[in-house]
Amino acid sequence: MKQGVAPDELTRPFWEAANAGRLVIQRCAACDRLQHPPSRRCGECRADTALEWRQMSGRGVIQNYAVVHDSPVRLLQADQPFNVAVIALEEDSDIQMYSHLPGTPVDEVPLGAAVEVIFEATANGQRVPEWRVVGAEA
Amino acid sequence: MKAHNAPAAMFRANEGMGLWEHRGKVAAVGIGHSPTARRWDGQPETSVGAISLLALRRAIEDAGVDPAAIDGLVLDPTTTTGAHWPKGRPVPAEMLNAFAATDDPLDGLAQLSAPWVLKNMPELSGVKFAMHGDGCMTRAICVAAQAVGDGLAHTCLVLKAWHNYAGRYGQGGASAGDALPGNVAIRALWGTPVCYGTALQFAEYCRKYGKRHEMMAPFMENSRRNGLLFPEGYWAQHRPEEITAEDYNAARWIAKPANLLDNDLPIMAAAAYLFTTADRARHMRQKPVYILGHASSRTRTRSMTATLDEVEADTARTARKLYEGAGISAADVSFENMYDGFTLFHQFHIEGLGYRGLKFGEALDFYQTDISIAGPNPVQPSGGNIGCGRTRFWMHTDCIQQLQGRAGRRQVTGVKPEVAVSGGPMPMGGDFMVWSATPG
Repeated sequence: MKQGVAPDELTRPFWEAANAGRLVIQRCAACDRLQHPPSRRCGECRADTALEWRQMSGRGVIQNYAVVHDSPVRLLQADQPFNVAVIALEEDSDIQMYSHLPGTPVDEVPLGAAVEVIFEATANGQRVPEWRVVGAEA
Repeated sequence: MKAHNAPAAMFRANEGMGLWEHRGKVAAVGIGHSPTARRWDGQPETSVGAISLLALRRAIEDAGVDPAAIDGLVLDPTTTTGAHWPKGRPVPAEMLNAFAATDDPLDGLAQLSAPWVLKNMPELSGVKFAMHGDGCMTRAICVAAQAVGDGLAHTCLVLKAWHNYAGRYGQGGASAGDALPGNVAIRALWGTPVCYGTALQFAEYCRKYGKRHEMMAPFMENSRRNGLLFPEGYWAQHRPEEITAEDYNAARWIAKPANLLDNDLPIMAAAAYLFTTADRARHMRQKPVYILGHASSRTRTRSMTATLDEVEADTARTARKLYEGAGISAADVSFENMYDGFTLFHQFHIEGLGYRGLKFGEALDFYQTDISIAGPNPVQPSGGNIGCGRTRFWMHTDCIQQLQGRAGRRQVTGVKPEVAVSGGPMPMGGDFMVWSATPG
């Protein structure tokens, strides 16, 4: 079970969207650029007034992964070993998210496979974007 | 005396800055190390503050300098290996009685400050310049080198120290909690250990270049072998154990493909150097080792974690900055001591530098050749963090000692030690040095 989340001012739109079953990513309107993790400024043009949240398709591909055998996080230690994959978003393959790839056996990660977003409850009920290989059984 | 963090302008983070304006005009002469320990035993005389004072005094003695003649002090105020003094736990009375305190009771216990050092080393009566180079020893070295070159100090101590307490690395604090702040959760919810990012890059490297994790074994054997020849190091002092290929390949995974031995061991230790102008250095006890240049990487990854492409672009950029500033090329480098904590990124550093003509994807094959201190292609003669424990300073001490000809049993014999490179920590984001036996 993932730790719970206490949304802060910066990331609240991301978490509220997740609770509503939507994936949103920060976008700088000034330079038309997505960025994740969220920041108070655009990482490219440094603008701090043009940041908005844009809904994503919820599609991506598996870019890379490692298998965690020794997590520092107490609530996840019972689940070891587990996959942690890097997902590249369909809208911009340089934008990454992490995933435990629920449904994918440990260390049998299909690199390059298409994935779709799902939303999973954490320890305090906050939902978080997760990713499932397209066509895999839930 | 107040000390502030060094301004960004003191670091050479951009390409095209030309030759370093103080090339060959700043020298390292003194070295001081404290003993090492795995963890703090709770005694004031082994606290991070106490071992820092010891290292500083040893560096002064080594250089043969009157402490009152020292006018500069640069240190990294952060001393944690990942262990933090528990919030609300009182500072032990023995610590309060043993040292002159600043207004921050954690100084000397779980962090450092220049004011705390100066209060506890009254013999440093002439210090007029104090600054913090926050991050690691390399950053403090860059600040001190730049300060001496700029004339902010003529004789400057540089200090880095580490504390380590009981408990498993990184498992307290937020990791033990039931919830995370939203901005932290975006990265941390997936429970990745610190080596995860490097593991990802190494996995990508292996796929791209057709390499295997087992090919790192000769690097591990070499690093520990060299470290056991470093009398100041943790493994030489406490656990004189070599690493064999069998040990390495049998080690348990932390974040596959990074195993336990790919991670360095957190320890307590302190090291200090004495820097001065090239002119003054000639009159000190030890042979001067000249700084030809320094360079920094402040590149940030585009998203959650650096890709191999991002890492390789940045290590190549770092090499261009470093060589341009020092006025050398890869062919001038006698040996390298780039950072290794984690082992799985050492190859990124040396491939970026083009050490011995290496191109991207070639270092693991290079590791299968003679990379010992006796051969023509020494890799990490210091033994690095793998050979000596996590401090991020063995690489610098070794460069200075090798170029002074006083590395003892670790002295490189297959090459003439003339120019050396060291630095890190990360291949993408760090600070880097070029050292030389002559002013250039």
